[in-house]
Amino acid sequence: MAIDFTLNQRPVRYDGDPAMPLLWYLRDHARLTGTKFGCGIGYCGACTVHLDGAATRSCVVPMSAVGGRRVTTIEGLASDGRLHPVQQAWIEEDVAQCGYCQAGQIMAAVDLITRTPAPSDADIATLTNLCRCGTYPRIRRAIRRAAAQLNRTRR
Amino acid sequence: MSAVPDTRALSRRAFLGVSLSAAGGLLLALRSGAAGQETAAAGEALGAFIRIEPDGRIVIGARGCEIGQGVKTSLPMLIAEELDVPWPAVTVEQLPYGLVAARDPPGFTSLYGPQGAGGSTNIPDGWHDLRLAGARARWLLIQTAARVWETPPDRLTTREAHVVHPDGRTLGYAELAPRAAKLDLPAADLPLKARSEYRIIGQPTRVVDARDIVTGVAAYGIDAAIPSALTALIARCPYFDGEVASVDEAQARRVPGVRQVVRIPGPRPGAPLDRNLAAGVAVLADDFWSARKGREALRITWTRPSGAADSSAALERRATAALAASAKIARRDGNPDEARNAAARVVEAVYVMPLLAHATMEPPNALIDLKPKSALLIASLQSPGGASQMIHAMTGVARTDIEIRLPRVGGGFGRRLQNDFVAEAVLVAQAAGTPVKVMWTREDDLQNDFYRPFGLHQLRASLDAQGRLTSWAHRVAATPRKYRAAGMEDAADWVGCVDPDGFPAGCVASYLAEFVPVDFSIPRGWWRAPLPTFCAFAVESFLDEVALAAGTDPLTLRLDLLGAPRELPYRDHGGPTLHTGRLGGVLNSAAGAIGYGRKLPAGRGIGLASHFTHGGYVAHALEVAVSQAGALEVVRCVCAADVGEIVNPLGLEAQMMGATLDGLSTALELEITVKDGRIEQSNFPDYRLLRMGAAPDVEVHLLPSGFPPSGAGEMGIPSVAPALANAIFAATGQRIRRLPVGDQLKSPARAS
Repeated sequence: MAIDFTLNQRPVRYDGDPAMPLLWYLRDHARLTGTKFGCGIGYCGACTVHLDGAATRSCVVPMSAVGGRRVTTIEGLASDGRLHPVQQAWIEEDVAQCGYCQAGQIMAAVDLITRTPAPSDADIATLTNLCRCGTYPRIRRAIRRAAAQLNRTRR
Repeated sequence: MSAVPDTRALSRRAFLGVSLSAAGGLLLALRSGAAGQETAAAGEALGAFIRIEPDGRIVIGARGCEIGQGVKTSLPMLIAEELDVPWPAVTVEQLPYGLVAARDPPGFTSLYGPQGAGGSTNIPDGWHDLRLAGARARWLLIQTAARVWETPPDRLTTREAHVVHPDGRTLGYAELAPRAAKLDLPAADLPLKARSEYRIIGQPTRVVDARDIVTGVAAYGIDAAIPSALTALIARCPYFDGEVASVDEAQARRVPGVRQVVRIPGPRPGAPLDRNLAAGVAVLADDFWSARKGREALRITWTRPSGAADSSAALERRATAALAASAKIARRDGNPDEARNAAARVVEAVYVMPLLAHATMEPPNALIDLKPKSALLIASLQSPGGASQMIHAMTGVARTDIEIRLPRVGGGFGRRLQNDFVAEAVLVAQAAGTPVKVMWTREDDLQNDFYRPFGLHQLRASLDAQGRLTSWAHRVAATPRKYRAAGMEDAADWVGCVDPDGFPAGCVASYLAEFVPVDFSIPRGWWRAPLPTFCAFAVESFLDEVALAAGTDPLTLRLDLLGAPRELPYRDHGGPTLHTGRLGGVLNSAAGAIGYGRKLPAGRGIGLASHFTHGGYVAHALEVAVSQAGALEVVRCVCAADVGEIVNPLGLEAQMMGATLDGLSTALELEITVKDGRIEQSNFPDYRLLRMGAAPDVEVHLLPSGFPPSGAGEMGIPSVAPALANAIFAATGQRIRRLPVGDQLKSPARAS
């Protein structure tokens, strides 16, 4: 039975194993490899994407749960070549070291500042994405910078 | 316009020296030898590679493995500085592994110089030869302009990718490039800029791949794909040196998408671990999910060697017994026994260092395409040279016909100095007769690592009646790093476990460093700042214990021992000397920044520690708060670093922040344990890396000492754990002698 959904604003259809996690559809079938594999159990957050706008760990979301929903990956975050303010802040704060977890970090951060436009350190501390390189201090700065930028443009 | 040229063709042409690029620009392979010279002495760095296109694009090749240490940015900065081009005009391209045949003597030589990532050596290795590479290209451009203008070259200067005539005329590099490409390279060394002339070195410079990373298009090894490759997952024997006893693969083969099931052999029992780590059964499929389902459907029984019932508990018992056994002496100064007999007071403590896994965020993986006379490898690597040798040894393909691409690497920490996952890819590809991408799950990774050795550190010091330190003895009982380590057969037993020349060696009249090997079957490897991280916790914690016994302040004790600024011999990596003044400098800087010595409320404490690591000097000062219930919070975290000349302060700050948090993460929670012959941990919930909420900000102070650069990827980690333990003691009076800290602050011991 085919599963229809929206991937980065384009309609797509999938008719393979409905138990396959979304992560592996993205990486192996759609060839969108910006979403990364870290643990396979929804713990580390490297595979974070947006499902109907909410940060979701795609390694534990079966394709059967994706039907009719909107999936946004790191590749779909910028619009018309214009970076999302969170992506821009990530560059300006020079966050990435190895960079492997950063797509997931960014997707989680975008979700956070969408829900919480002026996140406190305690709000930011609710992000549980792992970074083995230890970029957390610069992630905090990038989130604050992006939030400030978004609040300026909203005013 | 293709951003990635055909690297093999380019490499061969580049080796011919100067030539026209495909687009008619200057293509320059820079070697340390004279123009036309095709070989160099073994081990001599050969240079980097610059391309100047007619459209003005300046392309600089990055030769290193980018594992997060920032060398894809910092190494091209060195070239750009001497080339004298504005950094924003530079495009950085990753170079592949560059190996070419040498004629005299016959063998191989590297097109680009050292390309591996280990020991924080990229910057010191490139400090001279990459700047020289830029200077040579600039020299060619000046020679060309001199001919155009019929002016002596020594009257010409350069500025921002232009050659400048004394009368103010300029010629752009892009205009000059086609003619410059026809000149021979200078035979002699060229003068390099003085520090006052730097425009790029020392400037905060962002990661060159930042935009690609935040948009998800940066490619890592795990992202590699070629159309014909199958994805393989391997069920590995959970018992070290075990084999497949039987396998029923019928159900696996029925999984849709599964194409093949093949067996691969493990290492020969007792032999060096120079290939893969474990025997297993590989399932090859169209994609990861099918391969994983296929692997789960295998029914395998494993043989269990007699030694495969070992446990961490038994290991610690053996190590404890070994502390009383006869030891091998790594260094002995003066007469420690006599000093101890004459002492007014003896201080003694034993510290426990756990096994550790690397847990790179990107699990190991390797894509390989084997053909009868050639091979292509795309993988996240730290040692492409090792991978090249291994593929050659396993396949017979000539090393010059093995192409190795170097994508970004999702963390290294020493894990990828081993190429066991490459060996697996070769074995699977050979058995299945197809290109293959071997993927590892997190469980595969945590349970099949080359683990940081386990060890007990027994420290003994004697004090005279005035509280002065008269002897220092450090005995390590550990699982030797060299155990079944290919290439370490001739190393002393203690190499990688004892730091005979580390501080306070040379600062105490009687000094002893000893080692007792402890048997254990689990493989060992290099783990970020391997020896310093293994030793610093014990040494720097014990310095505080000695200070307490002597009635001295811990900072004062350290500075008194370091004494007048001078160089002491240091024979391990990072030597040949250790500068006591630089170690004292970072200690003073960290202490000053945190306000060392100020009065703190109850339950708070400040701890200090420093360490000499691979030629760099770093100190940490941590302020912690410990609640009555034993909840630990790092209130402030200061890191002071002297790694010599600073190439990219923004990147250096990141390395220090990151290493500091790695140190904290590891000290707080991380430990690998063995029970019944198997690794007990399987995924992140039981190997708990630090998360955002527990990660303090790190105040980094960079000391511009002006010494040649040491590199920076590892220096920031060793002093974290002892600074933490010293701060915990200052806050609570409880001495942590076992890592990780874990629940020790919550244990009943704290109430006593």
